[in-house]
Amino acid sequence: MGMTMTQKILAAHAGLDTVTAGQLINAKLDLVLGNDITTPVAVNEFKKAGFEEVFNKDRIAIVLDHFVPNKDIKAAEQSKQCRGFACDHCISHFYDVGKMGIEHALLPEQGVVTAGDCIIGADSHTCTYGALGAFSTGVGSTDMAAGMATGMAWFKVPSAIKFNLSGRLPSNCSGKDVILTIIGQIGVDGALYRSMEFAGEGVKTLSMDDRLCICNMAIEAGAKNGIFPVDDVTKAYMDGRSEREPVIFEADSDAEYEKVIEIDLSSVTPTVSCPHLPENTKPASELSDIKIDQVVIGSCTNGRMEDMEVAYRTLNGKKIADGIRCIIIPGTMEIMRECVERGYVTAFIDAGAVVSTPTCGPCLGGYMGILAAGERCIATTNRNFVGRMGHVESEVYLASPATAAASALTGYITNPSEVNA
Amino acid sequence: MNTKGHVFKYSDNVDTDVIIPARYLNTPDAKELALHCMEDIDTEFVKQVQKGDVMVAGWNFGCGSSREHAPLVIKTCGTGCVIAKSFARIFYRNAINIGLPILECPEAVDEISSGDEVSVDFDTGVITDITTGETYKAQPFPPFIQNIISAGGLLASLKQN
Repeated sequence: MGMTMTQKILAAHAGLDTVTAGQLINAKLDLVLGNDITTPVAVNEFKKAGFEEVFNKDRIAIVLDHFVPNKDIKAAEQSKQCRGFACDHCISHFYDVGKMGIEHALLPEQGVVTAGDCIIGADSHTCTYGALGAFSTGVGSTDMAAGMATGMAWFKVPSAIKFNLSGRLPSNCSGKDVILTIIGQIGVDGALYRSMEFAGEGVKTLSMDDRLCICNMAIEAGAKNGIFPVDDVTKAYMDGRSEREPVIFEADSDAEYEKVIEIDLSSVTPTVSCPHLPENTKPASELSDIKIDQVVIGSCTNGRMEDMEVAYRTLNGKKIADGIRCIIIPGTMEIMRECVERGYVTAFIDAGAVVSTPTCGPCLGGYMGILAAGERCIATTNRNFVGRMGHVESEVYLASPATAAASALTGYITNPSEVNA
Repeated sequence: MNTKGHVFKYSDNVDTDVIIPARYLNTPDAKELALHCMEDIDTEFVKQVQKGDVMVAGWNFGCGSSREHAPLVIKTCGTGCVIAKSFARIFYRNAINIGLPILECPEAVDEISSGDEVSVDFDTGVITDITTGETYKAQPFPPFIQNIISAGGLLASLKQN
C-alpha cells in the first residue's frame, strides 16, 4: 500500500522507508516555532528540565506577534523573556517589533519554511505551511521545549482525507470561501487527527495566498495538518525566497485515503461562519439582515497581500457605513510597506478605516478591537467561539476579505457581488 | 494512580478559548490563570471545584488554540481527570505532556450526570459512578504514551532517556 504525501514526509524525517497510519514515530524537525504567548511557557519548561543548549540556533523561530507592540505591562514582560532567550541562544530567526509579522504570514514570506519540511509550532495555525508542500502541525509549549532541546518530536502517523478540487473559483470567492465551505460540510472535528490532502485539477487555479488560507484553517476541522502538492505556482513562490533547498514529495498513486471528497470550486459561493462555531456556515447572501458593528480584515488567515488588494478594490473611493468600525491589519511589515507604497493605506483611511501594524490582536480577543456585550463583528479571522473577540455576549462572523470589506460599506453582512457590480 | 470527586459536565466542542480566554494570556503563571478557568461558560466552576473532581464532556474537547495553558489551568484548579467522548489532538498531546490525566469514554459521558461522585482508576481505565453504581471501561493509552505519563511528562521522559 502506498503512502500519502504527509506519510512520505514523515517517513523521510523518521529515517524509515515506509510508515502506516497509526504508527508512532520519532521524526527530525526542520523548524520549531513559538510566539510571545507560547514561548515563555516553553522557555520555563526548557529551563526547569535542565536543558542548557538548543539543538540548532538556525532552526528555531520565535515571533512576537500576539500582543505586540505590547498591549500592557504583563505582555511586555513576556516579550522581554522571549527576547532574552533568543539573545542568550543566538536564535537567528527572532522577529521583534519592526521586523515581525503574524507568524504564519511572515515565515513563508521570508522563506524560513519550505517544501518537504517537517515543522512543529506552538501555535495551532502552524498547519498553514502545508500550502508549500511541508508537513507542519501545531503543538503545545512542552513539545516546543522538547523540540528546541532535541530537534525531534513524536507523532502518530495520521490517516488522510483527500479533497479532490476541480473547476475554478468565481471572481467573488477566494481560498477562505473554500475552507469555510469544507468545514461547513465536514464539521469542526470532521478531520480530527487526520491529514487534509488537497489534490486535483483545481489546485493549479489557486494562488499561494489561497492555499495558505486553506491550510491555515485545517485545524478548524480538527486536522493534524493540511497539505497541497508542489506545482509551478509553489515553485515560483519559493524561487529566490526559500533559504533552504525545497524537497518535493508526492503522494503515491495507490495511497490510502479514509475518504475522498469532491469539491467543485466553480460552485463555491461567498460563505460566512455564524457564531459560535466555524462549522455554522451559510451563504453570505442569506445573512443580509445581520447588522454589524465592526469589521476586521487581517490575521494569519487573511492578512496577506491578495487580501489587502481585495480590501482596496472594494473600499477605494467609497465610504464605510456610518457607525461601523473597520480595522485593517496587514500581516507583515513587508505587506504593510507595500500597502503604503501602493496607496492602499491612504485609500483605507479615506474610506474611514483604521490601519494597524501587524498583530494577532483582535482575532483572539487580545486588543485592537475588542467587542462589548451584544456587539457583532464580521472578521476574516479563523475562530468565532464564545468570547473569542471580547465579551461573551458578542458575536463573530467569519468571512473572506471580499465579504468583510463589502459588509463594511453597507453595515450589514453583504455578498461582495452586490457592492462590486 | 486514581482520582475521586464530583463531576462538572459540559457539552461538545468545549474550546480552549472558554477553558482559558486569551485576554488573560499575558502571563504564564498557572495559578493566576487558573482563577479564570471555564469562566466564559461556567462562572461557578472555579468557586466550586475541589481537588480530585472530574470534568466530563462531549466530542472534540479542547478544540481551537494550541495553548498549553488550557490543560494546565484545568490541572492547577485541582481537577483530577477529564473524561470526554473525544479530544482535539493538540489538547490531547498537551494534556499528556503536562501530566493531566484524560480518558476517552463516550458511554460514560452519556450516562454520568453533573454532580455525580465518580472514581477513576488510570491504570485500568475503569470509571465508577459511585452515585449510580455503574462502571465503565475506557481505552488505556498505548505503552509509548504510558511511558511519557509514568515518567511525569514529556520533558521528564526525555531526561530519563
